[in-house]
Amino acid sequence: MSDGVMQTWWWPFVMIIVAGWLATDVWRWLGVFAGGRLREDGELLIWVRCVATALVAGVISKLILFPQGVLADTPLWLRLAATAFGFATFFASKQRVFIGVLAAEAFLLIGWLGLDWLG
Amino acid sequence: MTSSPNTSVSSDKDENVPARVWAARGARAAISIPAFILTAAFVGYAGLARETGLTLAETLAMTGLVWALPSVVVLTGAISAGMGLIPAGIAVALASVRLMPMTMALMPLIKVPGKTKNWHLLLASHFVAVTAWVYAMKNLPDLPREGRLPFFVGFGGAISTFVFCMTGIAYLLVERMPDIVAGALFLLTPVYFLCSLWGAARLNADKAAMIAGLAFGPLFFLCFPGLDLLWTGLVGGTIAYLVTRVMRRGLA
Repeated sequence: MSDGVMQTWWWPFVMIIVAGWLATDVWRWLGVFAGGRLREDGELLIWVRCVATALVAGVISKLILFPQGVLADTPLWLRLAATAFGFATFFASKQRVFIGVLAAEAFLLIGWLGLDWLG
Repeated sequence: MTSSPNTSVSSDKDENVPARVWAARGARAAISIPAFILTAAFVGYAGLARETGLTLAETLAMTGLVWALPSVVVLTGAISAGMGLIPAGIAVALASVRLMPMTMALMPLIKVPGKTKNWHLLLASHFVAVTAWVYAMKNLPDLPREGRLPFFVGFGGAISTFVFCMTGIAYLLVERMPDIVAGALFLLTPVYFLCSLWGAARLNADKAAMIAGLAFGPLFFLCFPGLDLLWTGLVGGTIAYLVTRVMRRGLA
């Protein structure tokens, strides 16, 4: 790729369409074709669900352990403690997602402000 | 999802309800806590996009066309690093592999065998991302089969339209987000995914897979960066499946 092309206004859109849209939707389309033959009560579907669930869980732990942006500046223990506190509150509130998320955010903000104030 | 999912969308006379009514019910169900949390996460993303130097049109094109937040973040990083088309495409594709098994697991739920057209499913599949998927896996089984695909399209279409508009508004209004707000918005996504994924788990196998994925994700990220999520899914998911299968049926 020459630098001239990368400077044009349309180059980012080529990136978004090819490296963004096609690179993501192709997996969805493959999923439609591969999933079309799965039986709703089959063992194969249980395995596919396990793989999908484990993948999403992998995304979750990466977002917490190796975050992007300013969250990366917070100490790891604070992110882990905030998440654990949120998940525990989620259970204590009879699995209400909103309560769990709120609790984790409150823990993070109090911890963050507290660290700022101390240091 | 809260512990009381939207059960009011289903009633006795559901057999003859036309598809557009199901789509409208899906759109109404989208006015929900998950939509609110996802919107907040994309508002956080709008701040990142602006700091990275993306234009409003680029930010919106990415939101609408890619529609899966982790993949959007990877592509943003690739563009800002001046990566070429092919390496960027590979990075995004690797971050998006999860969409294939997710879509596969959804298909038997939303398909009416012998009736549903493939191109309908291909269009609907664009809305597969964690929020809509978790909601669908949890709530679609309670709906009559004919209503599930239009309901899912209504739900996904309403959420993505709303998030698309809010991302644009946030991009225009928020010049520089305070660090603590941006950080708090970035923590929303993982905590929300964590709670809602657990809430959507119907089988012990799902819960075991979730625990395995949480454990293997960082491990494989350190060992095989790039291919880590693929390995997490295959290894973690397979172990979870095998262990819970032995627990269900013994070694037969």
